[in-house]
Amino acid sequence: MGISQIIFYMLAAFTLLSALFVVFSKNPIYSVLWLILCFFSIAGHFVMLNAQFLAVVHIIVYSGAIMVLFLFTVMLLNLNSETEPHKPTLLKFAAVLSGGALFLIIIAAVRSTMPAPYVAPQLSEVGYVKNIGMKLYRDYTLPFEVASILFLSAMIGSVVLAKKERFN
Amino acid sequence: MFLLIFKIALIVILFLISLGVAAYATYGERKVAAFMQDRIGPDRAGPFGLLQPIADGVKMFMKEEIIPNVSDKLLFILGPCIFMITALMTSAVIPWGTAMEFDGVKYGLQVADINIGILYVFGVVSLGVYGIMIGGWASNNKFALLGAVRASSQMISYELAMGMSLIAIIMMSGSLSLNDIVAQQGQGKLYGFIPVSGLNWNIFYQPLGFIIFLICAFAECNRTPFDLPECETELVGGYHTEYSSMKLGLYLFAEYINMFVSGAIISCLYFGGYNFPGLEYLSTVLNPNLVSIISFGALFTKAIFFVFFFMWIRWTIPRFRYDQLMKLGWQVLLPLSILNVLLTGGGLTIFSK
Repeated sequence: MGISQIIFYMLAAFTLLSALFVVFSKNPIYSVLWLILCFFSIAGHFVMLNAQFLAVVHIIVYSGAIMVLFLFTVMLLNLNSETEPHKPTLLKFAAVLSGGALFLIIIAAVRSTMPAPYVAPQLSEVGYVKNIGMKLYRDYTLPFEVASILFLSAMIGSVVLAKKERFN
Repeated sequence: MFLLIFKIALIVILFLISLGVAAYATYGERKVAAFMQDRIGPDRAGPFGLLQPIADGVKMFMKEEIIPNVSDKLLFILGPCIFMITALMTSAVIPWGTAMEFDGVKYGLQVADINIGILYVFGVVSLGVYGIMIGGWASNNKFALLGAVRASSQMISYELAMGMSLIAIIMMSGSLSLNDIVAQQGQGKLYGFIPVSGLNWNIFYQPLGFIIFLICAFAECNRTPFDLPECETELVGGYHTEYSSMKLGLYLFAEYINMFVSGAIISCLYFGGYNFPGLEYLSTVLNPNLVSIISFGALFTKAIFFVFFFMWIRWTIPRFRYDQLMKLGWQVLLPLSILNVLLTGGGLTIFSK
């Protein structure tokens, strides 16, 4: 087992573990912090694939911006176990049922897939900024622009929503 | 093998320099403040008060360590640690000088020459806010929480304008590597005709971008006039209200390290980094290792000048109000930085042909 394989397994284990802790943490602040660590280990996977640009952008966008806003909101909401409302038994039952059904579907889907043979990855340069830029702005220009218009409309929508409250 | 030893030595030296600069920046800040206010400043410990930072450090360590009962203890301890680590991490990608040479092999004076260096800096800066947020929340104090919330919203707002002003630099240099950006500023003539070597600095092409970047650097370091997260008149002590002893010391200390590192980054991006007029001539007559140290001295001087500039501003300009801060960030700096990107694009298409 090579050193990169050992690092991969450690990273993968850490990713899964931190993702599990996101779900199992009692305190929502801890959930958010574990999610940040999870994003970090995913960025580590990007580095392992020689895609440093994606790794850093992943950290800037998710850990540096989105999760800060999450943390922000959760801190201000002051969610504690004491203030959490008691949920009715029927709701709990329904949650268990739907979660179990989803789990069953995932197991069935995973069982029916054939694992692809392992191909030793070559040190590709797809993840470099230059190559990603070429792909995005030459081969996938239209989807890229459409996605940016979608973001713009979401931004304008949120600004409009935020403005409305002031006049009422 | 030698490369590894060289890198480890470099890391240790950079670490010591950052800490030393931060320690003496606290002394410098008081001396600058004293000068501005026509006082003498610290002069009791050692000649000219030069031992004051050591006395302060000892005092910080000796103070009683108080962890509030109702705080989240783990996060309370983690907060200053994260803040300190992120402050120290940024210096890894800065090219501190021209390459050294041992046995005919060149060793760059840079811990990690990654091809996305400038984005790495940006990423680490965006993580710096966690130290403040976690610390402020874990204190379980409403003033600390308010300070943390202010810090995070301020940092997110100013990161946008900062990123846009960086984009103009990236467009000009065509590279994300700080090493390339600095090396390019040492080549060619300024505006293509002024015959001074090593003065092809970005500041002469990007004055607007520089001003935006500088203002954003002030906001990211939580320095006056943007030090609202620790605004004493409104928030007691801001996010570090509950901190005492060396944990408080780490917060204060990391701020000075941030100042030094951001000074170094501003010098690298806009003031030619280690380049200075005459570097080319020196490298033909002197030993490359000596040139390397001299070029490091040039970058260090520029960085120290910016540390001084940070202090100068602090003791000159009063604090903004919070809505003014947000208005400046979103309604002035962000449109200006987008305009700067457009101007740079236009300039590049006209002049590069």
